[in-house]
Amino acid sequence: MVKPATTKDDAHALFYSLRSAYSATPTNLKIIDLYVVFAVFTALIQVAYMAIVGSFPFNSFLSGVLSCVGTAVLAVCLRIQVNKENKEFKDLPPERAFADFVLCNLVLHLVIMNFLG
Amino acid sequence: MEIQRTKSLMQRGKIGNCTVYCVKTHRRRLRLPFRLVSSPSIKFEMMWKLGFAFLLVAAASICEAAAIFSPISEAHRSAALELFSPAAGMFTSLEEASESLRTFEVLGIEIGTDLKDSTCKSVVDALSSGSPNSKDLYYALRVSSVLKCKISEGDLTGGVALRLKDFVKDAKSLLDFYYSIGGLVLIKDQASEVDVLLEDADGIFRSVKDLSQSDGKWRYNSNNPESSTYAAGIALETLSGIITLKSSEIDGNLIHALKKDVVKLFDNVDKYDDGAYYFDDQFVDASGHQGPVSATSSVVRGLTTLASTSGSLNIPGDKILGLARFFLGIGVPGTGKDLYYQIDALACLDQNRVLVPLILSLPASVLSITSQDKLKVKVTTVLGSTGPPLSVKLMQVFSSGSKDASIINKELKFDHKEAVHVLDALPAGVDVGEYVFAFEIALSDLEHKKIYATGGRTKVPVYVTGVVKVENDKVEVLESDSVETQQKLDLPGKNDVALAANHLQKLRFSFQLTTPLQNPFKPHQALLKLRHESGVEHSFVVGNSGKLFETTLDFLGLVENFFYLSGKYDIELTVGDAAMENSFLQPLGHIELDLPDAPEKSARPPAQPINPYLRYGPKPEIAHVFRSQEKRPPQELSYAFLGLVFVPFLAFLIGLLRLGVNMKNFPTSTIPAAFAILFHGGIAAVLGLYGLFWLKLDLFTTLKTLGVMGIFLMFVGHRALSHLASASEKVKSA
Repeated sequence: MVKPATTKDDAHALFYSLRSAYSATPTNLKIIDLYVVFAVFTALIQVAYMAIVGSFPFNSFLSGVLSCVGTAVLAVCLRIQVNKENKEFKDLPPERAFADFVLCNLVLHLVIMNFLG
Repeated sequence: MEIQRTKSLMQRGKIGNCTVYCVKTHRRRLRLPFRLVSSPSIKFEMMWKLGFAFLLVAAASICEAAAIFSPISEAHRSAALELFSPAAGMFTSLEEASESLRTFEVLGIEIGTDLKDSTCKSVVDALSSGSPNSKDLYYALRVSSVLKCKISEGDLTGGVALRLKDFVKDAKSLLDFYYSIGGLVLIKDQASEVDVLLEDADGIFRSVKDLSQSDGKWRYNSNNPESSTYAAGIALETLSGIITLKSSEIDGNLIHALKKDVVKLFDNVDKYDDGAYYFDDQFVDASGHQGPVSATSSVVRGLTTLASTSGSLNIPGDKILGLARFFLGIGVPGTGKDLYYQIDALACLDQNRVLVPLILSLPASVLSITSQDKLKVKVTTVLGSTGPPLSVKLMQVFSSGSKDASIINKELKFDHKEAVHVLDALPAGVDVGEYVFAFEIALSDLEHKKIYATGGRTKVPVYVTGVVKVENDKVEVLESDSVETQQKLDLPGKNDVALAANHLQKLRFSFQLTTPLQNPFKPHQALLKLRHESGVEHSFVVGNSGKLFETTLDFLGLVENFFYLSGKYDIELTVGDAAMENSFLQPLGHIELDLPDAPEKSARPPAQPINPYLRYGPKPEIAHVFRSQEKRPPQELSYAFLGLVFVPFLAFLIGLLRLGVNMKNFPTSTIPAAFAILFHGGIAAVLGLYGLFWLKLDLFTTLKTLGVMGIFLMFVGHRALSHLASASEKVKSA
C-alpha cells in the first residue's frame, strides 16, 4: 500500500535531495560555503550581544557586524567567480578571483579596524 | 618761582580740624596813595593820624595783602644737604664746589674730611697748573678760603698773585676783571704776606666804571651793548675789590659817582604786593645767568661788599627789607644754584654795613581760643640770629569778614627764655575767623636806627580757631506748613532719626551756630545730603539768614530731581570751616520717602559707579558637571560572549577538516614555494598591522606601512598565484 504523501515526507524528501545534490558540489565551493556560514553566525552572535547589553558603542557594533557581513558577501562573490558551471566567468582564472577576494578583504578590514574605535 | 611763592603762602601749619580743603587765595590790594616810612621816630600823634587815614583807605579797599616771612630754618639745611651732596664723593667742578661750600658754611653744615682733602687737592692742582683762565684760579681761591686749605706752601700763592696781576692788566671784559681782582682779594685774606696791591688802581677803576650805563646797569664788555643787573652786581663787587687792593688813593669823586649809580640802580627795582623787592634781567646770556634770584643776589652781594669797603650807601630801609623779604619769600628753592644765591644773599644781608633787615615772623599763625594760645612774635635777622633789644607793638587788627579795623596799640611782653614777644591775651572782640594783625617794631636804642631796618608796619595773617556750638538744631516734617513730626538733634554728636514723608510734605532742617564769644558764625560750608539706598545722592546748601541756618526741602518740587525713587534715604550733614575746630560730617538718620511712580519719559537715575572689585575681580568658581558614564554590561557577560564568538570559528575549522582540506596544491619547487610562503606571510603581516592599528597606531602610520606592505604583497601574490595558475593550466591542457 502506498502511503499518501504528507508534508512531512515531502520536507524529508526535499531535504535529502538537496543534501545529495549538494554533496556533488566541488570541495572548494563547499569551503567557501562553510566560510560564509561561519561569518553569518558570528554576525548573529554579535547582534544577540547587542540585544542584551544595548548599543552603547554603536560604532563598534556596526563595524563588527559589517565586517562579518562584508566578508560573507565577498566570499559569495568569490564563489560565483570560481564556480565552473557559471558561464559568465568562464575565462576568468580562479587565482585572479582569489586575489581580488584577498585584496577586497584587506581593504574591508582596514576600514573596519578604523571604525572599531 | 611764582609757584614756590604761592606755595609758601599756603603753608600755614595746622589749620585746625578742617574737613574740607580750604585754599587761601592770593588777594590783591590797592596801592596806597602814600608810603609808610620805616623809621620809628615818628611821634604818637602822627601815628594816630596815619592810623585814621589808613582806616579810611582800608574801608575802601577790599583786602590787605599780608604774608609771613620766616627766617632760614631746618628745611633749608636739609635741602642743602640733598642738593649739594656731591656724587661719587667729589665735586664736579671748582665752581660747584665753591657754591656748595659757601652754602654749607652759612648754614653751619660740616663736611667730611675725605671730601675736604680731595677738594683741597684739586684746589692746589688748579693753582699750580698753568691755566690761562682766571676763572679757574678765582674759584680755586674761593674754595680754599672756605676750607682753609694750605696754599701758602712754596711760592704757590705768590706765583698765582703775579699771574692774576697780569690778567688784570690784560683784562678787557667785566668778567675778566671780576675773576682776577676777586682772586687777588681772596689771596690777600688767606696769605697776607703776598703782595697783591695794584699799582694803577685808579686807572683800573675807571676802565671798569666805563662799562656802566646811565640806568644803573652794567655791560659785560665795551663791544656788547646788552646790559644786565647781574653784571651790575658783579661790577660793584669788582670795584669794591679794587678799593681794597689800592696802593694809592682813588679819586673820591669816582667813588661818589659810583654810589649815585647804585642809588639809580634802585630806581629800576621791581616789587611784589607783599613788600618784596627784586631785580629782574630780561635776557639770558651765554653763561646761563638769568632770573630774578641770581640778579638780585648778585646786586645784594655787590652793594654789601661796596658798603663794607667804602662806607655806607644811602639806600632806604624798606628796600633793603624788601630784598630780604624777596629771598625769604622764595621758601626752599628746588635747584642748587637758586639755593646758593638765596643763602649767599641772605648771608650778605645778615651783617652788612648798609642796613641789617630785621624779620618779624610768627612761629605759629594759627591760634586756638579753646586752648588759649598766646600770640608769639619773633624778631630776628634773616639767618635767624637774635636782633638788638627792641619792643613789638600790636597796632591794628583787621578782620576779614568786616571791613573795619580796630586800633589796639598794645605792647607785647618779651620772654627772655624763648626770645619771643608774647601777647598776653587776644584783643577784645577777636573771635573765630581770619584776621590780619599789624605789628610795629620799635628799637630800644636810637643809635640802632642807622644799623637796622625794621620796616614800619608789618602785617601778618592770623587764624583764630575755636569750638563752634550748635544750638536749636531740629528736623521737622511739615504738612502744608504745619509741623507734623519734629525731632530735636544733638549736633555735633551722633544722631539717628527715623522720619517718613510723602511727596506732598516738606522737610525742614534748622540750627544755629555760635562762637565762643557768643557771636553768630557763618561757616564756609553747610551742606545737607540725602542718599538713596541705591546710591543716588542729592546735596543741598543750608542757607542762613542772620543767626539761623535753615533749609526746607519741598518734595513736591523735588520729585523729578529725585528721579521718582521712593525708599529709604540716609541724611547727612556737613558743616565745615578752616577756623572751626569741630567741623563735622555727621549722619543724622534716615527718612522714608514715598514718591509717586515715574512717568514714561522721566530721566533715569544716573548710573552708580561700578565697584571695580565686583567687575574686575575674580568671578565665582564654576564647578563643571561631567556627563555621567554610560552603563556598561557586567564583565562576565562580555567575556562569555567573547568566548561565544570564537565558537563559529572553531566550527569552521572543524568543518574544514571534515571536508578534507589538503595542501596538495602547494608548490614544491623552491622559488614558487618561497613566494607562496611570503604571500601567506604578507597577508598575516597585514592582519597583524591591523591589530596594531587598533591597539595603538594611528591611521597615518598604518597607511604608510600598509602602502609598503601592500606593494610587497602585490608582487609576491602575483608571482605565487601566477605560478599556481600556470600549474593548473598545465594540468588542464594535459
